[in-house]
Amino acid sequence: MKKELKVPLIKNGTVIDHITAGDAIKVLTILDITEKISSVVSVAMNVKSKFGKKDIVKVENRELDPKEVDKIALIAPKATINIIRNYKVAKKQRVKLPDEIVAIVKCSNPTCISNSNEPVESRFLVINKDPPEIKCYYCERVVEDISKRII
Amino acid sequence: MNFNGKDIISIKDFSKAIINNILDYADDMVTYAKGEKYKDILKGKVLSSLFFEPSTRTRLSFECSMNRLGGRVIGFSDPSATSQKKGESLADTIRMADSYSDVIVIRHSQEGAARLAAEFAEVPVINAGDGAGQHPTQCLLDLFTIRTEKRKIGKNKIVLVGDLKYGRTVHSLAYALALYKADLTFVSPTNLKMPKEVIDECKDLGIEPTQTSNLERAIKDADVLYVTRIQKERFPDAEEYNKVVGSYNINNELLQNAKDDLIIMHPLPRITEIHPEVDRTSHAIYFKQAFNGVPVRMALLSLVLGGKI
Repeated sequence: MKKELKVPLIKNGTVIDHITAGDAIKVLTILDITEKISSVVSVAMNVKSKFGKKDIVKVENRELDPKEVDKIALIAPKATINIIRNYKVAKKQRVKLPDEIVAIVKCSNPTCISNSNEPVESRFLVINKDPPEIKCYYCERVVEDISKRII
Repeated sequence: MNFNGKDIISIKDFSKAIINNILDYADDMVTYAKGEKYKDILKGKVLSSLFFEPSTRTRLSFECSMNRLGGRVIGFSDPSATSQKKGESLADTIRMADSYSDVIVIRHSQEGAARLAAEFAEVPVINAGDGAGQHPTQCLLDLFTIRTEKRKIGKNKIVLVGDLKYGRTVHSLAYALALYKADLTFVSPTNLKMPKEVIDECKDLGIEPTQTSNLERAIKDADVLYVTRIQKERFPDAEEYNKVVGSYNINNELLQNAKDDLIIMHPLPRITEIHPEVDRTSHAIYFKQAFNGVPVRMALLSLVLGGKI
């Protein structure tokens, strides 16, 4: 019997692979993929892989910018990003958390000065890359539930 | 140790060696702090004292320190009389103070305010307490007090009691005491326990603090008892505050089982947590501790402004 791919190939766009099983929905949220999106988006959850289960997200006609890649690194530190051009992998990279995260996350401390009307961007120091743990540069608190704090 | 122009925002910005240097310099300042000697090493320098939250000791001791060294002080202790009332950002207020003075001391209700101030100021910024966050000069004067009274900081059994969840002084202090490998015990009501991240920081420094709600047992072999107030202003709701206020009362009866040379510290103000009868015992160090704010802050102002005794 001919094996079939569960998720169709895409001509141009991005494939985000090796997302922790169950976290694909969070990836869709941070990429702002909602029912209003017009391009094709495929989501595969709990796919069997060498390392157990994983999720995959494919987005047609969209290449992620570095800021979006950093956001994905915060919730899926093992993910790989494949840029597809004309059905071929034009670029493949593992997400990598930088040492500092700027203007991507909102501090979970409601009384942190970065949540006030001050002319500064939120800023966090990465204290652990996998699992991601970040600490606010201003109030020094470790951010709870990072995926809910992504701007 | 070149401190000229440096900000003092968090105790975590300093190594143990630097802290020791600051404490040594504070030792040299004691006679000047008492007014027994005078040197105007900060003559011509102006300090902006920006107190967005109430304070007695911290503000007065900073202002006293600047005056003792020949400098001048401008500022406010009631933000309702400033442009903040009109909605001015902290960043803009700091830009103004920066252009009027040589050093800024700030107390603010929001965590991270001092770090933000340091970004907008060219002159050094000293954090005099940011909400439930950091209070590095209090931490340094606490360390100075322990070192002065016990001749060492590490190798003491130190009990921190009270509001360990919201109390900003105990978070910085626990970290600093762990740097010195002190034997730490945290005593609090269960809903005011030391936050996990502070415990983890102690563990990262090789210290495993004991956590308990039983003060009587903890006090028995303690060398230092550090008491904090249950701070009403830090509680999100009155109900939670009412449940725990008055949880611990230090009185002479409790102290019967304590070591003779136990010292009792408190960042003050105290409300009911230490009975006034304790003031007359040799254990009570808290007023001396409050005085120690002067030599420590004199040392810091002198260091960041490049003066030298």
